[in-house]
Amino acid sequence: MSQLAIEAKGLSKQFGQQIAVNQLDLSIPKGCIYGFLGPNGCGKSTSIRLLTGLLEATSGEVRILGEPLKGNEESLKRRLGYMTQKFSLYDTLSVKENLQFVASIYGFTGQRARQRIDELLSLYDLTAQSKQYAGSMSGGQKQRLALACATLHSPELLFLDEPTSAVDPENRREFWERLFDLSAAGTSILVSTHYMDEAERCHALAILEKGHKRADGSPQDLMAQLPASVIELSGNALREVKQRLIQHSSVLSAAQVGAYLRVLVKDNQPAPIDFIQRLCPDHQVALTRPNLEDVFVVSTGGRHVG
Amino acid sequence: MWVRIYAVLRKELKQLSRDKMTFGMVIMIPLVQLLLFGYAINTDARHIPTGLVNLSHSSESRALISDLEASQSIDFQQQYSDIHSAQQAIVKGEVRAVLYLPRDFGSRLVQHPNYYSGQKAATQAFTRPVGQWLVDGSDTVITSTIKALQNMPLQSVGNRKVEQAVTSFAVVPFFNPEQRTVVNIVPGLVAVILTMTMILFTSAAIVREREQGNMEFLINTPIRSIELMVGKIIPYVLVGLLQVGIILGIGHWVFSVPLRGGLSSLLLAALLFIFASLTLGLVISTLAKTQLQAMQMTIFILLPSILLSGFMFPYEAMPSLAQWIAECLPATHFMRMIRAIVLRDAMLAELLKDSIWLIAFTLCGLFIASRRFRKKLG
Repeated sequence: MSQLAIEAKGLSKQFGQQIAVNQLDLSIPKGCIYGFLGPNGCGKSTSIRLLTGLLEATSGEVRILGEPLKGNEESLKRRLGYMTQKFSLYDTLSVKENLQFVASIYGFTGQRARQRIDELLSLYDLTAQSKQYAGSMSGGQKQRLALACATLHSPELLFLDEPTSAVDPENRREFWERLFDLSAAGTSILVSTHYMDEAERCHALAILEKGHKRADGSPQDLMAQLPASVIELSGNALREVKQRLIQHSSVLSAAQVGAYLRVLVKDNQPAPIDFIQRLCPDHQVALTRPNLEDVFVVSTGGRHVG
Repeated sequence: MWVRIYAVLRKELKQLSRDKMTFGMVIMIPLVQLLLFGYAINTDARHIPTGLVNLSHSSESRALISDLEASQSIDFQQQYSDIHSAQQAIVKGEVRAVLYLPRDFGSRLVQHPNYYSGQKAATQAFTRPVGQWLVDGSDTVITSTIKALQNMPLQSVGNRKVEQAVTSFAVVPFFNPEQRTVVNIVPGLVAVILTMTMILFTSAAIVREREQGNMEFLINTPIRSIELMVGKIIPYVLVGLLQVGIILGIGHWVFSVPLRGGLSSLLLAALLFIFASLTLGLVISTLAKTQLQAMQMTIFILLPSILLSGFMFPYEAMPSLAQWIAECLPATHFMRMIRAIVLRDAMLAELLKDSIWLIAFTLCGLFIASRRFRKKLG
């Protein structure tokens, strides 16, 4: 039990008639980076808010860091960190003032606060900007500041709600390096994203769709256990071929990637290559390795891609 | 706990000092409104644009007209040849009132009792009014100014000596012997401006945290809602006191409004009202989702606070339903208190009823706000 950072059973949240999170079961071990992958509006943010105690669940049980969440929200807040989707610090305060404010909120005073703030400024490469207003910083700098504030009190468990949605690819890489640093230091991390490449970096992930968990496991396992075959098809008139293929009930999806058409064929076809070749005799057909996007398409039934 | 309250307080003061617009409004709202209202609001109507239909053309009629103009309450701006075109002028809004002097003005005048001194009054049977006033009666202030001329003495029209009339009553106006409207307006303005800024600033400051997403982060920290509320409110208590100082100071130096009451009574009354308004702002902040909504709700409170609190019109003149509504508004109670303290040198102890009401209002507001605030956390 104590090996789990987050444990949820039958977690549900209903807003009026709409079910935002439906019977979510999670068991996330300590020390790992766990991802929530899903399209916008799939219940990622709501799930995170439920797990942090920000929202009250309609039903279900949650244990955070071995303690039941219900009744322990306040004491757990000292052990949790939360970085919101939207930048949630004060634009008209400088970087240092924002950190000072958060430090006082967490009860850091005097020498201890100064030390921790200096440590974070250099760790997150913000020393040069320490006097700059947070509102005038770039997306990457804002995000580093938000991470610094969320980790100021060295939380055991860190929630990140789409942390990289406003950041360029280079900053995203760097940001993930920092997450792995935190993880190596023993912090458990739950991160939501809609980027496939980010999800692939997680130790394990859940694919969410319309409040349901569709798949759960490490990216490698999910790709290896894909209940479909991935076929790359090249040749002429790919748009027209695509229209023809997706009519077939065994074809889960067909999406163009550059000069190729990436076709997902259900496992009920024992010889997928021959099956596609029969449908498109004039095209080159080859079996290829599945990626996370294929997993996503298969688990969501192809409703969001292609 | 104090560390966190202080952290919120310091942050709020920094944000306030950097928000040039809001900081400017803290100073400019009382300053501009005081100068504006101080000069503009006057319940004595003067220089009413008036038309004249004079069919008499006698020297007496000209004497009457110059007598009326000398009173400064009316200004004869237009002449009309007949009563019909004069009425048209009132409809068009060219003039607010018309004096009609008939052809037989002279004979009416000599038969009028006001033309003679009391003893020599002519036989009442023949007296008729010497002329007629046509007034745009939609504005009651103008109507009553004209009505005041109804019994104007007419002796001077005939170049007779005006005899000192003995009035039925002697009137001694306490506290404002010169009858200047501004004396009553300035203390009242304290209540109006505090209502506006205190409610608006607190509600907007808290709603802003929610609107800009700061609240979502704060809720996940160990800060308690009461610490957040107290930390956010204290800077605005100081702002409120600053505004009281500006209004009463300028009222005193520029408009010579007397400050008779004791400073401690004044400070205490102001604090009671500031807290009542701030808690109202807190309650609004728990209802409003955006700063715009907070602003709309503030105006919803502000308008009756201006119109019903006794700031513009005497409380006693209102029907009892309006008085009941007015009693619910903190501004009404503070209006009474500050006028009593500033103008009549009353002590706070003599205003116990209003003080208790403000305290009760504050406690109720705090209770509602903290209950609703807690819900949002959950």
